[in-house]
Amino acid sequence: MHVELKNISKSYTGNLVLNKVTMNVKPGQVHALIGENGAGKSTLMKILIGVETADHGDIFVNRKNKKWRTPHDARDAGIAMVFQELSLIPTLSVIENVFLGRLLRKQSGLLDWHEMKSQVEKIFEEIEFPLDAEQTVEELSIAQKQMVEIARALSQNARLIILDEPTSPLAERDAERLFKRIKKLSEKNVSIIYITHRLEQVFKIAHLITILRDGEFIRTCPVSDVDMQTVVRDMVGRELSEQFPDRTQKVNGSSKKAALRVEGATRSNEFNNVNFSVYNGEILGIAGLVGAGRTELAEAIFGVRRLDQGMVTVQGKIAKINSPAAAVKTGIGLIADDRKLKGLVPDASVHFNLNVATQRKFATRCGWRLQGQEIEASKRLIDGLQIKLQSLQQNAAGLSGGNQQKVAIGKTLNTDSSILIFDEPTRGIDVGAKREIYFLLRKLADEGAAIILVSSELEEILGLSDRIIVMCQGRITGEIVAANATQEKIMEMAVGIYESTKNGVTA
Amino acid sequence: MKWLRQLGPLLALIVMIVLLSISSPYFFTVDNLLNIFRQSSVNALLALGQLLVIITAGIDLSVGSILGLCAVAVALSLKAGWSIIVSIFICLLVGAFVGWLNGAMLTKMKLPHPFISTLATMNVARGLALIISGGFPISDLPASYRIWGASSVSIIPVPVIIVVVVYFIFHIFLTKTISGRDIYAIGGNKVAAYYSGIPTDRRLVVVYMLSGLLAGLAAIILTGRMNSGFPLAGMGAELDSIAAVIIGGASFFGGVGTVWGTLVGALLMGVLRNGLNLLDVSAYWQTVVIGAVIVWAVYMDVLRQRVMKKKRS
Ligand SMILES: Nc1ncnc2c1ncn2[C@@H]1O[C@H](COP(=O)(O)OP(=O)(O)OP(=O)(O)O)[C@@H](O)[C@H]1O
Ligand SMILES: [Mg+2]
Repeated sequence: MHVELKNISKSYTGNLVLNKVTMNVKPGQVHALIGENGAGKSTLMKILIGVETADHGDIFVNRKNKKWRTPHDARDAGIAMVFQELSLIPTLSVIENVFLGRLLRKQSGLLDWHEMKSQVEKIFEEIEFPLDAEQTVEELSIAQKQMVEIARALSQNARLIILDEPTSPLAERDAERLFKRIKKLSEKNVSIIYITHRLEQVFKIAHLITILRDGEFIRTCPVSDVDMQTVVRDMVGRELSEQFPDRTQKVNGSSKKAALRVEGATRSNEFNNVNFSVYNGEILGIAGLVGAGRTELAEAIFGVRRLDQGMVTVQGKIAKINSPAAAVKTGIGLIADDRKLKGLVPDASVHFNLNVATQRKFATRCGWRLQGQEIEASKRLIDGLQIKLQSLQQNAAGLSGGNQQKVAIGKTLNTDSSILIFDEPTRGIDVGAKREIYFLLRKLADEGAAIILVSSELEEILGLSDRIIVMCQGRITGEIVAANATQEKIMEMAVGIYESTKNGVTA
Repeated sequence: MKWLRQLGPLLALIVMIVLLSISSPYFFTVDNLLNIFRQSSVNALLALGQLLVIITAGIDLSVGSILGLCAVAVALSLKAGWSIIVSIFICLLVGAFVGWLNGAMLTKMKLPHPFISTLATMNVARGLALIISGGFPISDLPASYRIWGASSVSIIPVPVIIVVVVYFIFHIFLTKTISGRDIYAIGGNKVAAYYSGIPTDRRLVVVYMLSGLLAGLAAIILTGRMNSGFPLAGMGAELDSIAAVIIGGASFFGGVGTVWGTLVGALLMGVLRNGLNLLDVSAYWQTVVIGAVIVWAVYMDVLRQRVMKKKRS
C-alpha cells in the first residue's frame, strides 16, 4: 500500500506538536519513524489511523485523498496499528481482544468461536509465541499483552501495519521472531511503519527512515545512507557524548555492610531460593529473559507480594516488609515495569503524581501538606529529569510515553529512598533521555544509594552495572563483575537452563 | 481554573433560584432561604460522606439506614436517662462502627465491590433499627437536646452552622492533608496508589467510617428537629445523597470531586423540593422533576467541559 502524509500539522491546547510533517510510505517497505520523546511520532500515526484529526494537511492512500471520519474507515482501507499504550480490554479473552470490534459470525448470525480461535492460534503459531487463546487478558504478563496487540494488527490482513514501539516490553528472543514476521510481511508487499527508540533495530529491519524532532520533519532517507551517529544527531539536534557514565568503582562489596540483603527468597512458581546483596554506592544489574521472575522478585522485595520463605535485611536489620507502605518507610523505592497500571494516576496532574508517594516528606507531623514545598520539589524533579510538559497541572495522561516514564521515576526519587529498584526504567525512552537516566542512576549511586537495575536490554545492563546477576526460571544462574561480563556470557546464563529443560517445564 | 469545575452545578442552582423567585413571591425571602438550608442539612451531611466514598470510586448504599439506626440509638439513650453528651457519643459511635464494617468487608473480607458490602449493611442496619425500637418512633426527647436540630443562633439555624463548619473541615481534610490526597489517588488508580506506598486499605476503612460518622451526625440533627427517633428515618436517603454528589460534579469513576460542588448539589436538591412545594406541585410529580433535574444538571456540566476543551485546543 502506498500511503502519503502531506504537510500534516496538529496542535494541542495551542502547542504545535506537528508542523507540516510529510511522510511517504512505499509498498512492501519497512519505514522506521524515529524521534525523541514528545517528537510527535505517536500523534502522527494516530492521525494516519483516524484516532486524531489533523488541523491541516492531507492523507493520500494509493494516491487518493482520504478523510477518515472514524478509525473504522482507516481499518476498512487496510491500515492496522499497534498502539504504544496498551489498548486491550482486560476482562475479555485473548480471542475477543484480537477480534475486538469485528467478531466473526456464522451464517446463522451466531458468533463463530471455533473459527476465531483457530485463526488466533494460527497467528500465534506464525510468530512462534505460545499463548492460551482462551485466557483473559488481565492474567497475562505485559509482554504477552503486547503480543496480543500485535496479533490483533496481524489478524486484520492489513496492507499497512503501524507498530508503535512494539518490542519495548518484549524479550530479545520474541523481538527477533517479530522481526522475522515483519520481513515476511514486507515480502508480501505489506507496508510497515515501525516506531522504536532502539536504534539498532532500525538498522536491522528498516529500508527507509524518517526523523522527527520537536514536531518538525527533519528528513527521510534510505537506512543504508546513514549511520547510528547521524541518526542520533538528527534526532536530538546535537552531538551526544558517551552513552554511559564512567563507573566510579570505589565500592568494595565484601568490606561493607550490605544496604539490602536477600536470603533464601522463595515464592512458589515465581522464584526459588534467591540470595544476593546490594551495597550502598553500587548498581546491581539483574539480567534475564522476560518471564525469568525478576519483576516478581522486585515486587516481593517491595512488599507487593509476600515471600513464602526467606528473609530481607535492610542496612543490617531484618525488615518485615508486607506492603509497599512498609517498604517506602524502610527506604526502598520501586519504579515498576508497567507505568500505566502501577505507576501513574493518569487523570491527575503531573504535580499530583510526583508527590503522591512522598507520604509525610512534605507534611507536618500531623499530616498537613506543605504545598509550597511540594511545588518546589516538582519543579526540581522536572528540571532534573528534563520532563517536557506544558504545566505542572497538566494531566499525566497527556504527556508523551517517555515523559510519563520520567514522571514515574520522579515520583519514586521524590521519596528519598536509599535503595532503589528500577524495573525496566528506560522502556520506551529515547536515546537522549536514556542517557540522562543512566547518568542519573550513576549519580544516585555515587551519592550513596544502592541501586538494583532490572532490565532486558543487555547493553544497558552491561554499560551501567557494577555487578550483574542473571536469573533464569526463578533462579539465580550466575553472578559476574561488570568488567568480565560480555553479552554472550550473560545470554548463556540467561538461557542455560531454559535450553536444557525445553521439553520439560518451560513457560 | 479549579473552581470552574463547580461552575456547572452552581449555574444550575442560580438558574433554578431565579426561576423560582419569579414564579413564587415567597421563595426569595430570608426566612425561606434559611428554611431551605435547614432542610438540606441532613442530605448535605450524608452527601459529604458519600462524596468521600465516590472519590475512591466506591459507593455507600447504607447511609440512609445508618441514619435510621443512629436516630433510634440516640433517642433510646436519651430515654434511658443518659446525658446528652453520652447519647450523642453513642450515636456517632454506632454510625462510625457500621461504616467501619463496610470498610472491613471491602478490604479485609475482600468483597469484590462496595455495592455489595453496603447493600448488606443497608439491610442489616435498617433491620436492627426496627428491632431495637420495636418498629415505633421514640418521641419526646429532652428539650435541651433539641437545640441540635431546632434552634438558631440569632437567625442562623444550628444545623446550618454545623453543616458549614463540617464542610469547611472536610474541605481542609481533602485538600490540605496527606490522607485527603491519598483518597484522590486511590480513586484515580488504586494499583498505582498501592505501589506508591499509600496504605490503601487503611484509607478506605477510614473513608467508610467517616461516611458512617457523618450519617450519625445527620441523625442528631434529624432527631433534634423531629423531636423523635424514627426507625424508618432516612429511607431512600442514600439515593438523594448520591444525586447531590453527582450533581456536584464528582465522577462516578473516582478521583474527582469537591466538597463545595457537593454542597451546591445538596442545596440544589433542597431548593427544588422547597420550590415545588411552594408551587403546590404534588409529591408524585416532584420525584419526576427531580429525576429530570439530575440529568439536566449533569448534562450542563458535560456541555461546559466540552466548551472548555474546545477553547483550550
Ligand atoms: N491528548 C493530548 N493532549 C495534549 N497534549 C498531547 C496529547 N497527546 C500528545 N500530546 C503532546 O504532543 C507531543 C507529541 O506527543 P507524542 O505522543 O506524539 O510523542 P512521541 O514522539 O510518540 O513520544 P514518545 O517517544 O515518548 O512516545 C508531546 O509534547 C505531548 O505532550
Ligand atoms: Mg509515542
